[in-house]
Amino acid sequence: MSEVQFLNVHKDFSGMEVLKGINFTVEAGQVACLIGPSGSGKSTLLRCVNHLETTSSGTILVGGRMIGYEVHGDRLIEAHQKDINKRRSRIGMVFQSFNLFGHMTALENVMMGPVKLLKVPKAQAEAEARELLAKVGLADRTGHYPAQLSGGQQQRVAIARALSMKPELMLFDEPTSALDPELVGEVLDVMKALARDGMTMIVVTHEMGFAREVADVVAFMDGGVIVEAGDPNEIITRPQHERTKAFLSKVL
Amino acid sequence: MTVSEQSVVAEKRHDFADLASRPVLRRKRPGQLIAMVVVGLFAVMGGYVIVTNPGFGWPTVAKYLFDIRILNGLLTTIELTVIAMILGFVIGLVIAVMRMSDNSLLRGVAGAYIWFFRGTPLLVQMLFWGFAAVLFPTIGIGIPGGPMLVEWNTNDVLPLFVAGILGLGLNEGAYMAEIVRAGLMGVPAGQSEASHAMGFSRMETLRHVVIPQAMKIILPPVGNETISMLKTTSLVIVIGVGDLLYNTQQIYARNLQQIPLLIVASLWYILLTTILSLIQARIEKRYSRGNVLQARKA
Repeated sequence: MSEVQFLNVHKDFSGMEVLKGINFTVEAGQVACLIGPSGSGKSTLLRCVNHLETTSSGTILVGGRMIGYEVHGDRLIEAHQKDINKRRSRIGMVFQSFNLFGHMTALENVMMGPVKLLKVPKAQAEAEARELLAKVGLADRTGHYPAQLSGGQQQRVAIARALSMKPELMLFDEPTSALDPELVGEVLDVMKALARDGMTMIVVTHEMGFAREVADVVAFMDGGVIVEAGDPNEIITRPQHERTKAFLSKVL
Repeated sequence: MTVSEQSVVAEKRHDFADLASRPVLRRKRPGQLIAMVVVGLFAVMGGYVIVTNPGFGWPTVAKYLFDIRILNGLLTTIELTVIAMILGFVIGLVIAVMRMSDNSLLRGVAGAYIWFFRGTPLLVQMLFWGFAAVLFPTIGIGIPGGPMLVEWNTNDVLPLFVAGILGLGLNEGAYMAEIVRAGLMGVPAGQSEASHAMGFSRMETLRHVVIPQAMKIILPPVGNETISMLKTTSLVIVIGVGDLLYNTQQIYARNLQQIPLLIVASLWYILLTTILSLIQARIEKRYSRGNVLQARKA
């Protein structure tokens, strides 16, 4: 597992500054929850970690190494695409809208990364994929296409797909926001089990219950900055800043 | 309330419990019957004319339907269709990917290609390829303005059949590029994003994730293009390639039986388009993998 460090991360979106100097550390094996109103920059920050978004300045270190950039003289320069892809392959990502490959069954979705990227023999990849699907409680859905699965089942397949690459870090971008309320629990349960196994996780979420129960550290973001960060119970039950208080009074 | 008043009320009130236990009647639709009669009349009139007018020359049609020259022409037409469509699809795929590239030069080249080949009539392009030897008597590889390294006589390396293929295929590529582009753009961006996040390169993402799903969108119009191409190949008569229509013309130029021979050609064209439509339906079914209804059926 790897630690993640954000060092003075800035990002401009065509003139608009969406990240204004983020400094934050997630220790290896920790679960960090990013909370805050929409437009606060938390999803953007998460997407910078695996370079789905570029940064304007500052550095993000995963396991002590930069991702997406390399040092060029006294400046940073965007890294070679091949190196970026290689780093990404060890960082699992789970999206709000699942994004399972629609033309593949659950099993094929989970096998695809190991077979095509890691060149794992098909039989071995299939056995591992079945094991992962069983782990997320979907042993009996391996042959189903995404369109035949409920949102909660799709998201659990998506988690299994991310795990198939044996990631050192997992990123969750509002993993339960697109789900019917009664399906949220099954996805959170899988994530809790993952946290217990010691996976380093950064989770953008509105699930305060999950944050309080599972997170080691919670960061409240607003307007492109981390307003306050720390122990989840402290932040959620005894917020110090007015903005945090105002936000929590609306979501709790 | 009198007895007569009571019966009026009973009449107005329906016994829904009783009605609910009986099947629903179908309302008669007289318009359908009228349409049937009108269509039937036209069919009889049309059939009468076709059978009784000797100008159709049905015995002549029968005589030439399997004539070796017709069958040879048919074979050429099929070859032109298949090769031009393959060429068109490959060009279309490349141009579509170029058009969606980050590189503005590649985007420009792709745009110019589509602009040129869609902007001039196919008939004119076909004639150009036929007369290519006039423009470039020899073709070869060399230094511009300097000596040639290898050189061939254009008419030797560019027989009329190849000129026809190029005319049809390059033109088709421009239209196909737009079809493929629409298909690629029809795949949700989240699919590519998930693939990139897993560590797949742009090319791998296209190959494993985007194109297989775009096929579902691309195939119906490609089927239409193929059917259209089958008939468009007849334009090669202007450069003298011996396709179905050209050979038909050659026969009626001698025996002056234009109508029966054009019927022969039409029968073959319509048979082939029918077969192509059936093939199209089958292929579409196969590529609808992941489509809920289809998957449930299977």
